[in-house]
Amino acid sequence: MMEYKEEDFILLSGIQHFSFCRRQWALIHIEQQWQENLRTIEGQILHERTHDNTVREKRGDLIVSRGMAIFSRSLGITGACDVVELHKASDGVSIFGRDGNYKPVPIEYKRGKPKEDESDILQLCAQAMCLEEMLLCEIPEAFLFYGETKRRLKVTLEDELRQRVQTIVKEIHELYDKRYTPKVKPSKRCKACSLAEICMPKLCKNPSAVNYIKKNLLEVEE
Amino acid sequence: MRKLLNTLYVTSPNTYLSLDGENIVILKDQVEISRIPLHNLEGIVAFGYTGASPALMGACAKRNIALSFMKPSGKFLARVVGEVRGNVTLRKAQYRLSDNTEESNIISRNFILGKIYNTRWVIERATRDYAMRLDVDKLKKVSKVLANSLKLVEQSENLEQLRGYEGEAASQYFSVFDDLILQQKEFFYFRYRNKRPPLDNVNAMLSFVYTLLAHDFAAALETVGLDPYVGFLHRDRPGRISLALDMMEELRSVYADRFVISLINKKEVNSDGFTQKENGAVTMDDDTRKTILKAWQSKKQETITHPFLQEKVEWGLVPYAQAMLLARFIRGDLDGYPTFMWK
Ligand code: SF4
Repeated sequence: MMEYKEEDFILLSGIQHFSFCRRQWALIHIEQQWQENLRTIEGQILHERTHDNTVREKRGDLIVSRGMAIFSRSLGITGACDVVELHKASDGVSIFGRDGNYKPVPIEYKRGKPKEDESDILQLCAQAMCLEEMLLCEIPEAFLFYGETKRRLKVTLEDELRQRVQTIVKEIHELYDKRYTPKVKPSKRCKACSLAEICMPKLCKNPSAVNYIKKNLLEVEE
Repeated sequence: MRKLLNTLYVTSPNTYLSLDGENIVILKDQVEISRIPLHNLEGIVAFGYTGASPALMGACAKRNIALSFMKPSGKFLARVVGEVRGNVTLRKAQYRLSDNTEESNIISRNFILGKIYNTRWVIERATRDYAMRLDVDKLKKVSKVLANSLKLVEQSENLEQLRGYEGEAASQYFSVFDDLILQQKEFFYFRYRNKRPPLDNVNAMLSFVYTLLAHDFAAALETVGLDPYVGFLHRDRPGRISLALDMMEELRSVYADRFVISLINKKEVNSDGFTQKENGAVTMDDDTRKTILKAWQSKKQETITHPFLQEKVEWGLVPYAQAMLLARFIRGDLDGYPTFMWK
């Protein structure tokens, strides 16, 4: 199996940016531009809360681990899980320092409500694929938790979904290698995009600086 | 467009700036005299030999708040620069362009086109607003020369030629600058531009306001990930924010000069606020400086329509908008750098 070097790992959180808009991904991950607005700050607060407690909680047959650092050499990604639940099960895997066997279930917390696109699902699946590689196990399902609806949404990690994760991660690596920021393709999304101010999607409608200067100079009468 | 935040100007001498949680705390003789939340701030400019704690400097760098230190006269001393922002790819592209004198000429032409265009507009505007009080023919003549300069600049083949045209245009403009001053003429007059040191009240004010504008441009360039020290028209010189100076050219007349002239014409400053040393050097007193800073803050909040973006922005955000547009051009999203051409 092909393996990435650690220094070439990309951030797992980029998957959702990339599937939302490639240019947004490039602005954040290649150009390191990040405009904080209310929404991203809210997101951070929610995340801080879940990552708050890096100690594992134990409730009966359940261990809850928060802010677990994860990676995958085959995908070449690194990141963190908001929450990984470890359910005691005889057909699970052994966990260092614990009695018995466990089945891991990743849970990703999101503010707002379920999105129309599948960026959250892809990100969750990638997290599960990391855990599978790190713990040598299989994870058939995982959950998304939405702050607005306060609901857990079950996601079944089918082969087809995993393949899409692989494809998208490969594309991200390719774009990153080229250090290329794709041009604007304005769409409805731009309205909800936290990077719109930096991206300036308008610029694609009014692109010619050369014409703008020419036009202004022509108006200068002698 | 992004939100315009405040710039904090610290003018009282011998104050110390420190950090307490999310606030900047200003101390005088170890007593707290003011406390301001950092999240409201875009920049901090400290005049006088103020001290600042490393913790505050770090917090500013992290939050992308530009922190500059100036002498009481407004002369620039130092800036706090944090971890380099933005991407190396953009900066490398900027350096490559800067090393290439032909490309530098093409970009710089636009800075200067903007500069002369706006200079001319300032003169034309004055002839319309104050036709009864001005020697309109004289101003129109200069305007015509400037219109011709624009043609020359458009075709200039190299940086040296460009600098030549720019110099001629500037001296044309400054030859009628005094005409634009319509009040308090015995105390506020302009003969020629001088800066080290400023030799009259008007030059003292111009120098001071140019420093403020340079600070804003340097901060804006850093925010978008460009290196304010590597310019195109102004070549590298250690410690000089050459790119900020390049970009300032287009705003000098229309933003800074007009601001100074209106302070004089509206009598918001007066001759009492200035002292002249034996060697001719003019300094402003604290109150005058405070008056200027206060007026500058409110000037920044005035809204205009950006001529290229056709979007409402505050004057204070124009440096940021231009820095952003330059970055877009360097990255290849735009076919040229759309200089700010005021109407
Ligand atoms: S504004 Fe539109 S094109 Fe630009 S990054 Fe956001 S979604 Fe993508």
